[in-house]
Amino acid sequence: MTTLTKTEDTPSPTGSDAFLSVRDLRVRFSTEDGIVKAVDGLSFDVERGKTLGIVGESGSGKSVTNLTVLGLHNPKTSTVEGEIVLDGQELTTASEKDMEKLRGNKVAMIFQDPLTAFSPYYTIGRQIAEPYMKHTGASKKEAKARTIEMLDRVGIPQPAMRFNDYPHQYSGGMRQRAMIAMALICDPDLLIADEPTTALDVTVQAQILDLLKDLQQEFGSAIVFITHDLGVISHMADDLLVMYAGRAVERGSVREVLRAPQHPYTWGLLSSMPRLGGDINEELMPIPGSPPSLLNPPTGCAFNPRCTYVDTVGGGRCSSERPPLADGRAAACHLPVDQRQDIFIDQIKPRLG
Amino acid sequence: MLQFLIRRLTGAVMIMFLIGAFTFFLFYTVPQDFAALSCGKNCTPENIAVIRENLGLDKPITTQFWEFMVGIVAGRDFAAGSCPAPCLGQSFASGEFVWDSIMDRFPLTLSLTIGGLVIFLFLGLASGLLAAWKRGTAVDKTVSGASMVLSSFQIYFLGPIVLGLLVYQTGWMENPKYHEFTEDPLAWAVGLLIPWAVMATIFVAQYTRMSRSTMIEQLQEEHVRTARAKGMGRKYVFFRYAWRGSLTPIVTIIGMDLSSLLAGGVVTEFTFDLAGIGRLAVESSVTKDLPLTMGVMMFGAFFILILNIIVDLCYAYIDPRVRLA
Repeated sequence: MTTLTKTEDTPSPTGSDAFLSVRDLRVRFSTEDGIVKAVDGLSFDVERGKTLGIVGESGSGKSVTNLTVLGLHNPKTSTVEGEIVLDGQELTTASEKDMEKLRGNKVAMIFQDPLTAFSPYYTIGRQIAEPYMKHTGASKKEAKARTIEMLDRVGIPQPAMRFNDYPHQYSGGMRQRAMIAMALICDPDLLIADEPTTALDVTVQAQILDLLKDLQQEFGSAIVFITHDLGVISHMADDLLVMYAGRAVERGSVREVLRAPQHPYTWGLLSSMPRLGGDINEELMPIPGSPPSLLNPPTGCAFNPRCTYVDTVGGGRCSSERPPLADGRAAACHLPVDQRQDIFIDQIKPRLG
Repeated sequence: MLQFLIRRLTGAVMIMFLIGAFTFFLFYTVPQDFAALSCGKNCTPENIAVIRENLGLDKPITTQFWEFMVGIVAGRDFAAGSCPAPCLGQSFASGEFVWDSIMDRFPLTLSLTIGGLVIFLFLGLASGLLAAWKRGTAVDKTVSGASMVLSSFQIYFLGPIVLGLLVYQTGWMENPKYHEFTEDPLAWAVGLLIPWAVMATIFVAQYTRMSRSTMIEQLQEEHVRTARAKGMGRKYVFFRYAWRGSLTPIVTIIGMDLSSLLAGGVVTEFTFDLAGIGRLAVESSVTKDLPLTMGVMMFGAFFILILNIIVDLCYAYIDPRVRLA
């Protein structure tokens, strides 16, 4: 796991072999009610050709992080600190013009709802061809040929005819395919997929995931895959980052995190997921409480108000001291590693079946 | 598309017929003898009888209505001569054909409308877009504030002030006067400048606020974010993606304003002492001149219906989702 051996608080990741390297990222929004710490000291790396999964509840800062990578946050209402280094280029300080050259070109994004993500007023073909013409300077004709090629590649039947269709004439699955074609048309090195299958049927979901994996092998892109669906992530990702209240609480390879999770929050996520082979009478164990307000996050470990192991740690440490996230395979929890393992094996694992 | 057009036009014709019928029969519920009204002083029963026959008032109401409706399509003959289609009848008061009276006044109304529209559309949309582009800045606040103040003015308030200032106090301008555009375009424009400006001031605020708010709404759409995420520039996204979505509500309002302006701006015409369709409508109802009132009403209704159809066609042009529906 070379990806995970970077020290968290090293401010300079130069010389790192990671393609995307995020260091101590902090994103704050000023709202009428106060300052929202949407992302609070987040670090991660993504290597070329690898997939990093980011999971967490709504409002845990997953999407904000990735919009920030693309520089799509509103500069008037938000402040960004920390570093985002993409292929040696620092992005938090990059000019808008440089960012425009990057977006859709070196870094592309796939959004959750392909219906609202396409403009209803222009043809699918035009919307896909647009970034290609802008970034490569291709002529209309070349862009059209390339677009049809991409539509074909993502599995749109009769792509030449479908080029002139409007988004409402496509089905949901086809729109998501078209969106993938749009994201990949400039052959990006990094693809950010923000819940790309959430709005789709389960069967279509599987097709889209397979397509993404195939295309990743073909294009060699790095992928950041954001989801709240652990089933999807186990299928897609190499590494996994679990986020809670704007911070990473656990990271490791997908296998490690899903087979032997160490953080009580990850246990909660896994326990609240129904299993196909599970007993019908077996109750799901939702995480008690609701995600904290980022206006006024809990002190210490942000998860402490919902955590059942606060007393096990004892001494009020959970609400007074923020547990650090060590390098590599790690979880940000005050419980000693051995004890975590014991708890997982004795109490959590039997529940997961 | 053709089917849509045929359906809408048929509907429009039916509505026109209903409006005509409604006005016609409503007018006849008024206990007035129109022959006596047109007779004037020194009226003898013989005179009234002659007038009644000339105006066709001696026939049953249904027959009169039928003749009126046929006249619109095919024209009809009066004692004063033949009235070509579209014949809206003959004025009780002046004896002129209604269509001719309307056409006499229409150029002024049309000029007022077009000049005003061009100015307030241009200023309103430009300031609205500027405010949306510079949202939250001092520019935005100034524009929004100014439009708030302007929208609370009225023509009959602002008009006399402007006239007093520019015409009576300083003498910089002449009283508004209508000249034929075809004869002297410059005089035409200069003569109507004050009404245009005053109208535009009142109307512009609405367009500023509308275009600002719809643009801001559109800019928060996800497809706008997608366009940004694929590297399109801010200006491009603003004008291509957000603006396109803002067109539908703006076109709706333009259609409504345009039809009501073409049907005659009564307040504007009275404020600036101009004789257009609006004034004609008021005069005709004061003198109980039924054919004229009906003519003006139907003329206004015609514009409302036609502009509605045009607006619907614009929707189909703007939004592909509407096209096949």
